This record gives sequence, structure tokens and C-alpha cells, in this order.
Amino acid sequence: MRLNLVKALNLALLQEMERDPDVLVIGEDVGVDGGVFRVTEDLQRKYGSQRVIDSPLAEAAIIGTSVGMALYGLRPVCEIQFSGFAFQCFHQIENHVARYRMRSQSRFHCPLVVRMPYGGGVRALEHHSESEEQFYAHIPGLKMVIPSGPRNARALLASAIRDPDPVIFFEAKALYHAAREDVPDEPEILPIGRAQVVREGRHLTLVAYGAMLRVALEAADALTAADGVEAEVIDLLTISPLDRAALAASVRKTGRAVVVHEATRSFGPGAEIAASIAEGAFLSLEAPVARVAAYDVPFVGFARERASIPDVPRVVAAARQTLAF
Amino acid sequence: MPRTSLDLAFSIEHLSILDADGQLDAALEPDLSPDELKRMYRAMVLGRRVDERMVRLQRQGRIGTFAPIKGQEAAQVGSVAALTPRDWVVPSFRETATMLWRGWPIEKILRFFSGHLEGGQPEPAQRDLPIAIPVATQLPHAVGLAYAAQYRGEDAVVMAYFGDGATSEGDFHEAANFAGVWHVPVVFVCQNNQWAISVPLKKQTHSRTIAQKALAYGFPGVQVDGNDLLAVHAASRDAVARARAGDGPTLIECVTYRLSMHTTADDPTKYRSEEEVAAWERKDPLTRVRAYMEKKGLLEPGLEEAVDAEIAEAVARFEAMGAPDPLVAFDHVFAERPPELEAQRAELAERLRAQGGAADAAPDSKGTASAATPMRGQRTTRR
Repeated sequence: MRLNLVKALNLALLQEMERDPDVLVIGEDVGVDGGVFRVTEDLQRKYGSQRVIDSPLAEAAIIGTSVGMALYGLRPVCEIQFSGFAFQCFHQIENHVARYRMRSQSRFHCPLVVRMPYGGGVRALEHHSESEEQFYAHIPGLKMVIPSGPRNARALLASAIRDPDPVIFFEAKALYHAAREDVPDEPEILPIGRAQVVREGRHLTLVAYGAMLRVALEAADALTAADGVEAEVIDLLTISPLDRAALAASVRKTGRAVVVHEATRSFGPGAEIAASIAEGAFLSLEAPVARVAAYDVPFVGFARERASIPDVPRVVAAARQTLAF
Repeated sequence: MPRTSLDLAFSIEHLSILDADGQLDAALEPDLSPDELKRMYRAMVLGRRVDERMVRLQRQGRIGTFAPIKGQEAAQVGSVAALTPRDWVVPSFRETATMLWRGWPIEKILRFFSGHLEGGQPEPAQRDLPIAIPVATQLPHAVGLAYAAQYRGEDAVVMAYFGDGATSEGDFHEAANFAGVWHVPVVFVCQNNQWAISVPLKKQTHSRTIAQKALAYGFPGVQVDGNDLLAVHAASRDAVARARAGDGPTLIECVTYRLSMHTTADDPTKYRSEEEVAAWERKDPLTRVRAYMEKKGLLEPGLEEAVDAEIAEAVARFEAMGAPDPLVAFDHVFAERPPELEAQRAELAERLRAQGGAADAAPDSKGTASAATPMRGQRTTRR
């Protein structure tokens, strides 16, 4: 099947609900409406309103009640309509979702998935365009996954639902309808915590994820065409736990790295990635690890966001500086 | 367009069966067997005496900070006694008597309040959540448990505990709203003990009762004399029966009083008068139930001594427990440790090994520079 990201995620939900009657979907407008981005389309018609729950409009209780369901043994898949609204449930995620295994010394665990659309580039309002994965990646006890395309999104969502631990699952709005990909009919999973080398190269490593993967790949093509540079591109797929071995292996080969992310720069994922590369490949490094990230300003309004979100020319420029260091 | 009056007739019941003077409303007296009464009275005595002992243990530095329950024994025992073991209890952090009723060993509670998370671990079959400290955050969990029970077609009821201060939190209102919309088998037990640390109820809410807040969410609320074991129990039995019959949630406001401090780190003389405390001491839940038991000829001689002996044995078991193994922390983060966590665990294990296995020994902090410390500009590695 050739599916876009929305349809691929929908397929994962459908098949996981088919596989396991304990899987529930809960969120605002996920039932009759099928979700504001249609990721949960038709699920309520198929599985009923007890299993695909149109919840009242309250993020903390969506996550908080899902904690209770997960402790009971169910597998809730929660949708937060936009990641910018998740601060109204952040306390539930930090205080309880991430800690239940510790707090109860493994008497309970909290196997739930929190899906959230994130990121800019879709001409949306404030709180509808941010990229704030760093908050979740920083919390012990959570897994933080960001797919980059329909096929890996479908496989990673299935893995997240089956995972015994809580997974924060970011979906790039810019990718929802961006491209179609062949997605196998049969259920498919991908391991959480593993990055993929999606383009091999020997001069430089570009590290990206989510909507920035495409930017990194286009920058790699531009570098080859203009400079003859062969850039390796790593798609992280999982932000936390970070695949440090994959990062170190690549940089030991290339000696240089540029990290690209849509989150703001300071204390962002790039900082941890750069530290990890320094720890794992210090003696191979020929240049400081560069970061191409959103500037450290609050959301500027979509009329100006293109200036802040990394694009191909910025990545190419950072790569050239790194190569010339 | 005229103004019309909607047909909304609200009233809130206040239930009192055994008052502070020991007067009994026999018509409302719940049908409890002598054994049930003895068990509940014993649980109240145990709750009081464990609490008093814990204050002394804290003052002696043998346990850490905790939240005393003194004065709230009837609210806790009267409510939890309406449950069966297949029901769920969702506590906040001031429910020692409730937890003892549910079978938490005294030494486990002491262990929790001496900084060991093992003390928060329920037994495999025990349907109790661990103590929850961030105020009101446990309430949505109770609603989710109740939803799951209903989804699975099991008739378990969930009882959730919180205080008056919690009713100002968003999570209380969100939980109550979800419970009402979903019509789930949950009983919200508010122990309105008049004080949220230093803030009195009148600064917490402008509602006349807490019970009435349930009405806004479409389910019944009832106010009871929270120092009256019989009233709390009668209201709780009704609420549990309603929940089990599929009639949805109930909010029970137990009007009680925290006779002791908020926690052992608090000094209540700063914000409330001795006269106020003395007035509530005259309404002590234990005094009136003791008189009630005496009238019925159900007082067991030697009860206090037996309870004290039970506590002493538990304290001895608690103090005989071994030192904590810091490595255990890495066992309860994920089902399987990712490589980074494994590496961090190995680092700590190595550090502990180097210290000769003394788990709580401080790492060497002398920080003396060794001869191998490189100077600025000096490379000690080769590329």
C-alpha cells in the first residue's frame, strides 16, 4: 500500500487494536471526528465508543485516567491534539507516567503511548507549531520516539503500543501529508532505541529526525552536487534512549558531525547528541560538533518561522564550516 | 425573551449518627456485627497509636518527614471498611489508617517514610496504589482504574482519598468531570480537615460545602461528620453499593480536623489557635466510638497494650532491615535497561566496589591532584 503518514499511523492503530483488545484510544475528537488530523479515522466506527473514547477537553485527565487504565492492565494510546497543549498534562507525565515503575518498585508499570503532533511549517498558530521533544527526552523512565516517514512511523507506533514502558510519540505535522511510501499490509515493527543510517558517506555525519530528516537528506544531496562531499545521514527515530553507539560509529568514520533539529538550540537534543559524540568518538573528531536548530526565541508566528526552523541552506553552510574547520 | 427559572433543585445532606457527646441516632445506626465493630475500632486505635509512634520516631531521627493523621481515623477507617479486597484504594499521603486496614505492614510504611521506595510497593495481588504526593494528581488515576474495571466487566469499585486543599486543583475537577461523564464506579473521599498547611478552608473555597462540588459534575455529594465512624461508614457503604450497582460516582466530604501538624516539618502554632485545636479535641473520633463500644459491651480489655506490642514488633522489624542497595534504582526505570543506563549502573557498581561495598559511604571528596593530572596544553592521548 502506498500511504501517507496519517494513513500509515491509522493502519498501525487499527492493526494493534485488532491484535490486542486491551488497546484503547483516548483523546479530544478522536472518535466521531477521527482526530483533527484524521489519524484515528474510522476506529470508533469499528471498535465502538468505549474503546475509542471522545474524552472531555482536559489534557491532564486524558493522561491521568490513562495512567489508571494502564495500571489496571489496559494499553491506552492517548492523543494530545497539539504538543503545545501538553503542558497541561506535563505534571501527569513527569510525576506519574514516567515514575510509576519506580514509585511502585515494579509492582505496577505504565505501558501507555502519548501521541502528539509537533513542529512547524504548516502555517499554524502559536502552540500549534513548536518542537519540544527535549522536555520528554530529559525525563528518566520515558521513551521518546519521532518517526520520519510513513513506513517507520507505522512500525514504530506498533512497537510503542507493545512496549512495556511509556512512549512519547511525536508526529511531524509537516509530514502528515507530505509524501506517500510503500507500507506493507502485514504488521511490522521497528526496535525503539535504534537509529538508522539512511545515507552512507565518509566526510561528514548529519544527524536528524522527524521533519528535519528530509532537510538533512536534501542538504546531503546538495553537498554532493556542489562540493563532492559524501555526507552520511543518521535518522535517529528514537530520541531517548539515544542510540549512542550508532552516533559514535558514524563519527569515528567521518570525523565530523552536524546535528539538525527543530527544537530550540540551548539545552536541546543537539547538546546531548554532541556530548555523546564527544564521549564516543572524541579522538576521531576533526571539528566541533555543529548544531543547526531553531533559535532560542519563543514561537515567532508562522510568518517568520521559516527564518528560525533549520532549512537546507543553513545545514549546507554548517556542514561547510565543519568541513573547513 | 423572558427570564425563566431552570428546574434545578439542589440540596446537600449532612449526615451525623454518633455525635461528639456520644448521642446516637438509632434510626440511622448502620447494621454492623460486633466483630465488624471491634475490627473497625481496633483499626482506629492502631491508626492513632502508629501515628503517635511515628511522630516520636521522626523526632528521634529514626524516620523522615511524614504527614500525621491524628483526628482523621474515623474518616479513614469508616470509608475503607466499606470495600472488599477486590476493590481499589487510591491514597494521597495522609492515609496511614486506611493503608493499615488494607494490609500494608507497619514496617513497610515506616520504610517508605525513611526514604525507601520499597515501602511504597504494594503486594502483587494488592489493589492499592502507592502514596501520591503531588496534590490531587492521583484522582484521575482512580477514574482510569474505574473505567478499566467497567471496560473489563469487573465489578471492582475504586475509592480515592484527598483533602480539602486538593479540591482547588485542576486535577480534582478534571477527575470529577471525567467520572461524571463516564459514569464510573469511583468514590471520592475528601477528608476536609480544615487546613491545607496554613491555609484555612475559607480561603480555599467560597463554596459552603465541598460535597456540593459533585453536583456540578452530575453526581451526588454528601457531607458527613468525618469524626463519626458510623456516619462515615454508612455514607461509604451507600456510595460503594451505588458504584457497584452501576449508578456511578459519589463524593463524600468528611468534615474532620487535623489535630496534629501538616507534616513533621510544620509548626501549626504559627497559623491556628490552641482554642481551635482544643475545641476539635473535644470532638475526637476515638472518644465517642470508645463510649459507643463500651455501651455495647464490646470493649476488649488489653486492646491498647496488644496494639502497642504489635507496633513495637513492627518497629523492631523495620530497624532490622538492611542498608539500601543503591543499584536497585536501576531496576525500576524500564522493563529492560538501555545501554546508557546499563553503563551508569556499571559506573555506580564500580564506585561501590571501590569503596568496599559500603553502600552509603561518601565517595572520596579530597580532590587531591595526582601526578598524572595533565597541565593545560599537555596531551596525554594520541590520535
